[in-house]
Formats: sequence, structure tokens, C-alpha cells
Amino acid sequence: MARMKFLCDSDRCIECNACVTACKNEHDVPWGINRRRVVTLNDGKPGERSISMACMHCTDAPCAAVCPVSCFYTTADAIVLHDKDLCIGCGYCFYACPFGAPQYPRVGNFGGRGKMDKCTYCAGGPQQDNSPAEYIQYGANRIAEGKLPLCAEMCSTKALLAGDGEIIASIYKERVQRRGYGSGAWGWRTAYRETLPA
Amino acid sequence: MTRALPTHALLGAALALSLLAGGAAAQQAAGQPSGAEPEVQAPVPEVGPGRGRLGPGQVPQTNEPHAPTGMPAAPPPVAAAPTPVAPIPAPPPLGDRNQADAAELELQAALRGERIAGRITIPNATAANLIQPAGREWREFHNRILTWVGGVAVLGMLAVLAGFFLIRGRIRPEAGMSGRTLLRFNLLERANHWMVASCFIVLGLSGLNLTFGRHLLLPLIGPEAFTAVSAAGKIAHNFLAFPFTLGLAVMFLLWVRDNIPNRLDLEWVKKGGGFIGRGHPQARRFNAGQKGMFWITILGGGLVAASGYVLVFPFTVTDIAGQQAAHVVHGLLAVLMIAAILAHIYIGSIGMEGAIDAMTTGEVDENWAKEHHALWVEEEQAKARAPVPGAKPAGAG
Ligand code: HEM
Ligand code: SF4
Ligand code: SF4
Repeated sequence: MARMKFLCDSDRCIECNACVTACKNEHDVPWGINRRRVVTLNDGKPGERSISMACMHCTDAPCAAVCPVSCFYTTADAIVLHDKDLCIGCGYCFYACPFGAPQYPRVGNFGGRGKMDKCTYCAGGPQQDNSPAEYIQYGANRIAEGKLPLCAEMCSTKALLAGDGEIIASIYKERVQRRGYGSGAWGWRTAYRETLPA
Repeated sequence: MTRALPTHALLGAALALSLLAGGAAAQQAAGQPSGAEPEVQAPVPEVGPGRGRLGPGQVPQTNEPHAPTGMPAAPPPVAAAPTPVAPIPAPPPLGDRNQADAAELELQAALRGERIAGRITIPNATAANLIQPAGREWREFHNRILTWVGGVAVLGMLAVLAGFFLIRGRIRPEAGMSGRTLLRFNLLERANHWMVASCFIVLGLSGLNLTFGRHLLLPLIGPEAFTAVSAAGKIAHNFLAFPFTLGLAVMFLLWVRDNIPNRLDLEWVKKGGGFIGRGHPQARRFNAGQKGMFWITILGGGLVAASGYVLVFPFTVTDIAGQQAAHVVHGLLAVLMIAAILAHIYIGSIGMEGAIDAMTTGEVDENWAKEHHALWVEEEQAKARAPVPGAKPAGAG
């Protein structure tokens, strides 16, 4: 079985936000919620880097560890998903997540947290694959159709890679070797406890 | 535009001269009101002051090459190229130029407990944090520390109380019940106490459910029912926060006067509050133990409420680090308070005969009161004997 991961090659990312737009459109993500975002470090200074970030589908996922109603589950491809019918919108997963991935619609008490929403790796949720119910709650299920996440597919510079961890790591390593530099795989140490050559 | 003006002025003057010669008809044909400057469009649209972070915008003045006026300046003296003293080293290959290495930066940030943050183009400040390593410590707190502290505090307190009950049994007034009562708490005091108490119980149970429910309740009733319970608990927790806080404020105003610590409290503590051995230390309306409970409730409850509101309105007053800290304060103080309140509930109910009356009817037995609050009883009786101001003494003409 594959171990699905994301890798953003920040030496290629040009902060065009195509991934963000693709995600919002593909899943009909509501206002105010961004399952994916692009963060620019050292903006305007030497060493500026943009990184596209969403849920990294962590190994030993912190969100799942702290959820008081245990509504997370991990698919056979190691994709971290959750069940919105069980989520109570407590916000704990956001406190634990290293990447700020969980998002909350402002529909709870006092305009606070509603049920959590996050990147599904285009793999939907616990509902019947590609059913209207699944689409409304979680968005499209491309994995069930044998496709990879749309954000990576749409990436204009192929900075964002999605797929089996070993395959995308080897693509990245080859790039680094050819061009002679690379700033490494952002988030990999934190999410997967592994590092790629810089 | 300003620099282009002289040319236009000259042109204008020439035009005016020719118009004068040509007469009124020609003036009409020109279609220009006399004396007005011809309208000239700027060659490049003017750029207003920038709205971004670039500061005032640039205002391009003209596209034309600047024609020098006057005598041509002498060519600048050509500086002799410096003779290199040492060979200039070739720049290192890109890969060695101190590139930010993601794994290294993440490790350093994690060790220093710092966030890696940048700039974001969406209007959500928290999204600018790329990586927040503190989530790991928060997870450790929530899953391990809080569970242990809470478990030990609550179960430990229950064990202590059970042990105390077995050894000491129910504490009864030594002189027995007198049958005469006096008012200890009026209706407002009692109603407010029960409002705070009932809110506290629901807040405590729904809170403990978040800490322990998935280990204890979830396996028993299954995920759907557990979510139903927890979701209801969350709503109750969020809404009962308000009457709880109101009750705390009222409680503070009603009882703070009688809860200022004084020298009698030292005596009370030295004698073990009468729980250990025999003989009752003197006390006024509240003894040192009750004062302690009062301040635990007011200060602990105040902090729990304040941190709780931070959690109810996430990110309105603080950032992710503040939210995590608020949760730590809230969780820890809450479980410690629950343990303290268990002792309070014990001594107010099965632990001591006659105590519960103070909060039900408000009337306590005189013997109970004399044993626990001798000075208060004296004060009350003195007050009752005091002449009502304005009333005439009996028998006075
Ligand atoms: C008075 C105002 C209070 C407010 C505004 C408040 C608010 C909150 C909030 C927002 C949470 C996070 C979970 C959720 O969204 O439901 C929470 C958790 C919790 N609260 Fe409160 N609360 C208050 C009082 C109390 C009191 C009096 C207690 C104890 C008796 C308590 C015990 C707890 C516990 C144990 C947790 C769960 C901690 C954990 O396991 O993470 N709270 N509270
Ligand atoms: S990135 Fe955040 S939400 Fe995604 S698996 Fe990791 S901890 Fe969970
Ligand atoms: S917000 Fe939902 S998914 Fe996240 S920890 Fe709370 S209950 Fe679990």
C-alpha cells in the first residue's frame, strides 16, 4: 500500500495560489475556510521562500490523538480523515496540529466553532464514495476515482507533489541533484519524522 | 508636467500672436477660449501614493529624454580600475550558499519552541503560521498531564473522603440538636449558591467528559451516542458559563465582607479546624476552612471563567500560543477545583449533620452554630437584642 504524502518544493513555488484555488473550487469549500494556503517566509528578503501548506496527513497524527470524541481515522493509504457527524467542534485538533490545518466554519455557539473541516487529500470522508452526501460534507473523492489530489495536479511549476511518499521523495531528490540545491521538504520532519536532502 | 510648461507657454504665445493678426474669425476657428491654457494630457498616467507597503508611489514625469541645457559639462574623470590585490574567489555553488534547510529550521524551531511564520494573502492571521511545534507540548498536556492530574486529584479526593468517613464518621453536634434555629443564609444567598453549584456540576461533568469520556464513556455507549452527549455537553458548557460567572460575582459581593482572613483563622488552622481531635476553635460567620473554599471558588472560578471565555471565543483576544495556554490554565484549575468542591460537597452533606440546613431552609440549629461559629452566634444574638432604632423602649411614656 502506498503511504500518501505532500511535498512542496519551495525552490519552485512561485506563490501563484493555483493550488489554493483548485482546492476551493474542486470541493466547493465555503467562505472563510482554506484547506490549503501558501505561506511566504522572509517576504522580500534574501532567502524568500513560499510554501504551499495543507494537512500533511501526519504519521501518529496529533489531531487524532487529542480529539475528545475520537472521530479521526486513517485510510489504508495513510490519509488522515475525520467524521463530521461525530465532530463536536471543540477546536482541540487545531491546538495540536503543527500546521494549522483544521478549519472551522463560524456557526457554533456565539459564532464560534462549527464542525471541523480540513484537507481530505481529495479522499472524501466516511460516507459512500462519491455520493452527494459525501460531496456536501467533504468535497470530491478523487482518490476513489484513482486520481491524485487536484492541488498538486494544478501546480503550475510542479512545486507541489502529491503521491506515494517514496515516489515523490525520489522525484525531489533527483531535482536537487540536477540543479545542485534545494531547501528540503518543508514539514517532513514534523509530520513524518524524516528528512530529505537539502 | 512642470518641466514641459515653458515649451507650451512659448507655443501659446506664438499662437496668440498669430491669432491677433488673424482677427476675430480666426480666433473662433481655433475653438479655444482666449487666455486658457491648452489641455495637455500627461504622457504617462500619474500614479497616486501607493496603498501597499511600498510607501508613496512614484510619479513619472516624462518619457522624453532629458535634454541638457547650457554648456556641455566636462566628461567625468575616468577612474583607473583598481588593480586586484588578491584574486576574487568564485561564488560557491548555489547549494552551498547557506540555503535555508527546512529540516534544520524545523528542528531549531522545535527546540526553541518558536513558530515558523510568514506572510499570507488571505485575511486570516493564524494561517500565516507555517509550523507551530508547541502543538506537541499541548498534546502531551492534554493527553497525559491533564488526564493524570485530573484522575489523581478527583479519585484521590474521593479516596481521602471515603477514608475520612470511615475513620471519623458523620460529625454531629456534641451537645445534640437543640431544636432552636437561627437564620444563616437568606433566600438570595441560598438561591445564588445553588445557581453557582448547579452550573458548576454541569460544567464540571461536561468538561470531565472531554478529558475522560473517550476512555470511559465512549466504549460503553458507542460513537454516535457519545457524540450526542458530548455535543449537548459542549452547548451546556458554553451557555452555563454565563450564569456561573454571574453567580460568582454575586457570591463575591454577598460574602467577601465575612471572608477576609484574620488572626482567628490562624487559631482555627492550628487546632486542625476541629476535624482532628476534640474541641472547636472559635469562628465568626465563616471559619478558615470555609474562607479557603470561598477564595478557591472566587479566584479559581474567576480564572477558570476567564480562560474559558478565551476558549469560547477563539482567537479574538490572543493567538495560538495564548489559546493553548488558556486551555492549560482552564483544564488544570478545573480539575483541581472539582477535587476541592468534592470535599466541600462531602462536608456540607453526609460529612456533617446539620450543615446542609444552612443551604436548604437557611435555618441552622443553635447548637450546631455555637460549636462551629460561636462568635457569629454571639454577634447575631447581640444584634437581635439591640434596640430597634427609633422604637421606644417598652414602658416608656
Ligand atoms: C465559567 C466559564 C467557563 C467557560 C466559558 C468554559 C469554557 C470551556 C471551553 C470553551 C472548553 C473547551 C471545550 C469546549 O468547547 O467545550 C472547556 C473545557 C473544559 N472545561 Fe470549561 N468553561 C467554564 C467553566 C468551567 C468550570 C467551572 C469547570 C469545572 C468545574 C470547567 C471544566 C472544564 C474541563 C474539565 C474542560 C475540558 C478540559 C480538557 O479535557 O481539555 N469549565 N471549558
Ligand atoms: S497536518 Fe494537522 S490535521 Fe493533518 S494529520 Fe497532521 S495534525 Fe492532523
Ligand atoms: S474539533 Fe472535531 S475533530 Fe477536532 S478535536 Fe474537536 S471533535 Fe475532534
